[in-house]
Amino acid sequence: MNFKQSFSLALKSLKTSKMRSFLTMLGIIIGVAAVIILTSMVDSMKQLMVDEFESMGTNLITVNITGRGGNRTVNPEDMIKLVEEKDTLAAVSPNITIPAYMKNGNENQSVSCIGTSENYHEINNLEISSGRYLSYVDVERRQKCCVIGSYIAKSVFEGMDPVGQIVKLNGNSFTVVGVAAEKAGSTQGGQDDRIYLPYTVARTLTFMSRISNYSFSAADKDRLDEAISDIEEALYKVYQNDDYYTVVSVSAILDTLDELTGTLTLILVGIAGISLLVGGIGIMNIMLVSVTERTREIGVRKSLGATPWNILSQFVVEAATTSGCGGILGIFVGIGGAYLLCSMMNMKTIITAGSVIIAFSVSAAIGIAFGYFPAKKAAKLNPIDALRHD
Amino acid sequence: MIELRDIYKIYSDGDGEIRALDGVNLHIDRGEFVAIVGQSGSGKSTCMNIIGCLDVPTSGTYHLNGTDVSTMNDIELAHIRNATLGFIFQQYNLLPKLNLLENVELPLIYRGMPQKQREEKAKIALERVGLLDRAKKMPSQLSGGQQQRVSIARALAGDPPVILADEPTGALDSKTGRDVLDFIKKLNQEGTTIVLITHDMSIAEEAKRIVRIQDGKIISDQPGRRATYEF
Repeated sequence: MNFKQSFSLALKSLKTSKMRSFLTMLGIIIGVAAVIILTSMVDSMKQLMVDEFESMGTNLITVNITGRGGNRTVNPEDMIKLVEEKDTLAAVSPNITIPAYMKNGNENQSVSCIGTSENYHEINNLEISSGRYLSYVDVERRQKCCVIGSYIAKSVFEGMDPVGQIVKLNGNSFTVVGVAAEKAGSTQGGQDDRIYLPYTVARTLTFMSRISNYSFSAADKDRLDEAISDIEEALYKVYQNDDYYTVVSVSAILDTLDELTGTLTLILVGIAGISLLVGGIGIMNIMLVSVTERTREIGVRKSLGATPWNILSQFVVEAATTSGCGGILGIFVGIGGAYLLCSMMNMKTIITAGSVIIAFSVSAAIGIAFGYFPAKKAAKLNPIDALRHD
Repeated sequence: MIELRDIYKIYSDGDGEIRALDGVNLHIDRGEFVAIVGQSGSGKSTCMNIIGCLDVPTSGTYHLNGTDVSTMNDIELAHIRNATLGFIFQQYNLLPKLNLLENVELPLIYRGMPQKQREEKAKIALERVGLLDRAKKMPSQLSGGQQQRVSIARALAGDPPVILADEPTGALDSKTGRDVLDFIKKLNQEGTTIVLITHDMSIAEEAKRIVRIQDGKIISDQPGRRATYEF
């Protein structure tokens, strides 16, 4: 008896008891679907984050200074000097984020303002859709001008060209010199709901004189590590302790992200794997019932010349067919579910062939592994006892 | 053809032992039609199981077609059952999920015969029992007599030299039982060795030779009454 016959026999016996077969498969269907949905969710979310970070530019190095108070500190001039000295660094922008209220008609709305230098848009890959970015002169002369994000341009100016218009921030009038291009879907609170000011001006709006965040761009992507160590060296000279500042590059964040999502995937797949295991036990259970129910059939087959191997393979193939069919159904459910969930969360759906192949082959392997024990039991049956069984 | 020598089958049953076969010697030649008769519990079924290679004796030797099968393992016995023996059971024992043709094909499948050849042979066997036109029907759609004919076709399909029939008419009414028996007799006339197990003397008397078993021993071995005018 060859494989094809065992297989068609197995399919036949699946068809004759549809409800039972479906319930048996359910564990496998859920397991496979869970593996696919979870890996797809993690991959899609990861891609979303990677896109976000990559849009900031892979040359970006962010420095955060927690400081220790007192006189030991760095100021923007020191950092600008550092960039001039080191050929690994291309540009720097001191960043200062201040909460502000913007007057919109009769309402005051809270808005996030970032004080930057004229280099910020280049360092952070910020595109300008109309007008210009802040200039050196704006920064030096503390001009009250600003660049607004696309969300603000849409929500406040409603189709009018904002360039040349005035926005009122905390009671001061700022001239809009440019509009930043849409970066993250123009949503409230997102990257497009921002106003960029000269950092020299932003400083005067708040009572915080210290600037604790700088973004650098490395001159060369391949010399990113060198650039980071140049910055760290300069900061260490000032603070004598590396607890007072952090230097992070987007590439380092991406590496960490990679590691994190890898671990996350493993954990989630492990949990989904438990469902596959439970499904396998369900198959073993139903196969044992099936062997008992079909004892007489086994006896007849043996009397007609079936070898123990024939019987073993018949039942193993049947178990593998059950779990394999469950696996295929699970793949469809999983892909459908992943698309549904990702579209609900506004993410691009990513399903890797690897997760589908692994999920399916694991489910088939589970059928073989868990089908083996009942099949062995069937193969070992004594023909006369089997024939006499009612 | 069939040569049983000093066959014992002993079951140990807690405190004692049960001698299902107690020193049986039996020789059956090619082309014979032997009825083994006995009350239930006499040992006739055990005898049939051993002849059918479904069971192995506790001691003694059994030569089938010149080879000693009493020492064979499960796989070798399976091959012997497949090639040398055809079974007809009281309860027909057709597989309910397979149609008639597939049922008849079963022994050929285990022989490893290619599909086309298999189907042809199975059709010939079904034709011999007059059920070729119902080849695609399921066993449950047939009457008892028809099912038994299918089981005969299944036994015939592999052209075994020996056919073992265990109470083949036991579940049938007398008329269809008669038909089945006539068919078995016809098979014997065509050269197949038949061993028929029954408790019913009127059926046993159709055979050329009657072997009576009681308490695991052969108590008589004589020609059947009607055997003389069969020929």
